Amino acid sequence: MSGSDRFQSHDYYLLDELLDEEHLIARDAVRSWVTQEVSPIIEDFAERHACPTHLFKALAEIGAFGPSLPAKYGGGGMDEIAYGIIMQELERGDSGIRSMASVQGSLVMYPIYRFGSEEQRLKYLPKLASGEFVGCFGLTEPDQGSDPGGMHAHFREDGDHVILNGSKMWITNSPIADVAVVWAKNEEGVIQGMILEKDMPGFSAPEIHGKWSLRASITGELVFEDVRVPKANILPGVSGLKGPLSCLSKARYGIAWGAIGAAMDCYDSALRYSLEREQFGRPIGGFQLTQKKLAEMITEITKAQLLAWRLGTLANDGKASPAQISMAKRNNVLMALEVAREARQIHGGMGITNEYPIMRHMMNLETVLTYEGTHDIHLLITGMDVTGLNAFK
Amino acid sequence: MKILVCISKTPETTSKIKFSEDATELMEDGLQYILNPYDEWYALVRAVELKEEFEGSVTVINVGPASNDTVIRKALAIGADDAVRINVEPASAMSVANHISDYATGKDYDLILLGKESIDYNGSVMGAMLSEFLNLPFIAHASGLTKGGDAWEIERGITGGTERVRVNGTVVVSAAKGMAEQRIPNMRGIMMAKRKPLEVIEAENKASSLETVGYAYPAEKTAVKMIDPNNMEELVRLLQEEAKVI
Ligand SMILES: Cc1cc2nc3c(=O)[nH]c(=O)nc-3n(C[C@H](O)[C@H](O)[C@H](O)COP(=O)(O)OP(=O)(O)OC[C@H]3O[C@@H](n4cnc5c(N)ncnc54)[C@H](O)[C@@H]3O)c2cc1C
Repeated sequence: MSGSDRFQSHDYYLLDELLDEEHLIARDAVRSWVTQEVSPIIEDFAERHACPTHLFKALAEIGAFGPSLPAKYGGGGMDEIAYGIIMQELERGDSGIRSMASVQGSLVMYPIYRFGSEEQRLKYLPKLASGEFVGCFGLTEPDQGSDPGGMHAHFREDGDHVILNGSKMWITNSPIADVAVVWAKNEEGVIQGMILEKDMPGFSAPEIHGKWSLRASITGELVFEDVRVPKANILPGVSGLKGPLSCLSKARYGIAWGAIGAAMDCYDSALRYSLEREQFGRPIGGFQLTQKKLAEMITEITKAQLLAWRLGTLANDGKASPAQISMAKRNNVLMALEVAREARQIHGGMGITNEYPIMRHMMNLETVLTYEGTHDIHLLITGMDVTGLNAFK
Repeated sequence: MKILVCISKTPETTSKIKFSEDATELMEDGLQYILNPYDEWYALVRAVELKEEFEGSVTVINVGPASNDTVIRKALAIGADDAVRINVEPASAMSVANHISDYATGKDYDLILLGKESIDYNGSVMGAMLSEFLNLPFIAHASGLTKGGDAWEIERGITGGTERVRVNGTVVVSAAKGMAEQRIPNMRGIMMAKRKPLEVIEAENKASSLETVGYAYPAEKTAVKMIDPNNMEELVRLLQEEAKVI
């Protein structure tokens, strides 16, 4: 079992001075919540490859679902920096817990809020915000990952319903979800979003087993066999790939912050360990090679914090471009993974055990590097943005 | 039911405490501050619970500079209705108690709550001073507090058991562990707190007869000494000469 959570945050460039009171209070609140609710149980759940589903209600209670959506629909009415900070603190606990909140808030509530009708908003958003409903987001398919535009899921009209067929793969929360926001093509081949409910005949969501990453988050498929979906469940406000991509921008923004949390947890643990562990008669933190690791970790974390903070201010002004979000997601997630790997080495043999959070974070971050656009796909987005040339195909 | 809760700001428990070179001043650079846990977890949360049960209002009061506003907002996010900050640098416990009693006089509070101590200086004197200045009864280190009819029913831990007392009328109570459980503010509460009133009252500092002459760090922990179980004489010698406990 894991030891007690001795986490201490580090603020090398006094970034707290750039934050508002509400950010600091929200950060401390979520940090306390993670220390009390997540840290004591997470190693056990991750080891058993089980999802702590009781945390959906608890996450809802602290307000982690859709914090930047308007209060009218159950959101928190907070700004984008507050949303980022909440994701950072959740991921300090575990990327899987952050994923629960990212999916519910950014991939399910956000599209219903942004593209849904007023009836859809009022019907689903308060229940999603309160954790009464768990949601999932179906974009990726077995044969379409980085290239979602080529998706096969499709529907045809049938009176006031549509008939949906196809399948989705790698869907976070799907086996326990009450509602699913699903993207599929209409008869003209245009992508549209729709809201499915779990008991619709022909709709099933089998679990994917055997993940070595994000083990405390539940992942599954979505299978549609002639599912009759009322037309009233189609999101009226968007068509085409920009629908799902705008949701992904929102979630990727949160991941750019979240990864800093995982990195900080690894760095903090490594720093403490390096001061407590003695070899050759002195703390290993006194050796230059250990200091190189620690100094580079805090340098990279600090750079990532600055990137996230600036992205946050741009997002608050409605100016954060998808390409800017890609840059921060890509940079910060790889940064976190590299920090985890270095931290693992500083812990020596202890670093591979569940006494420390390092291996769990490291394994989680392999998913984070891949989902919401792989590391390489984000590079291609930056490449296309600076050259104007598309290197995807 | 009108409740006043006194709150203070203390360094975060894992903060590294540093003094100036001549050891007369606490260095505040790099210190992270929190709402004093005894004020927050026990006094404030119990006050909010009482308000929820019996209706009424909870006001929090702090004596200190504008940099204390973050902890005050946190108290509002947890559930206080409004806040007052007396805008002076706190000089001593006595002067803080003076400022708070000046504010509270004539405002008809039914209850004045505060933590049993602040976790920085651990003075444990504020409640007693306040009750003296306000001429009110004082119950220290209470682990339970409820309303029974017109009276306050208060529990406090004593050696070997618990004492239960009843107090009629307004009382000053200092809260200890057990009175309530920590409440983590949620995002909704944090946003609502932004709109709750925080009144800043300008004041002249009260004369203080107390002056801090110096600080010292606690002795560093030394390694454990292992003594052979057959060598009782050595153990007795060390206890006498080094530890000086026998
Ligand atoms: C645990 C987990 C949870 C997930 N949750 C969700 C969810 O809730 N909803 C959802 O819709 N999806 C989800 N995903 C899916 C995730 O977004 C996809 O895995 C991701 O988009 C990559 O798709 P793929 O796995 O099919 O890889 P592929 O697209 O097959 O990519 C394989 C490799 O090829 C590279 N590659 C692909 N195209 C190019 C190119 N043009 N140029 C260069 N390299 C290229 C990629 O970078 C990658 O390295 C989840 C995935 C995981 C692992």
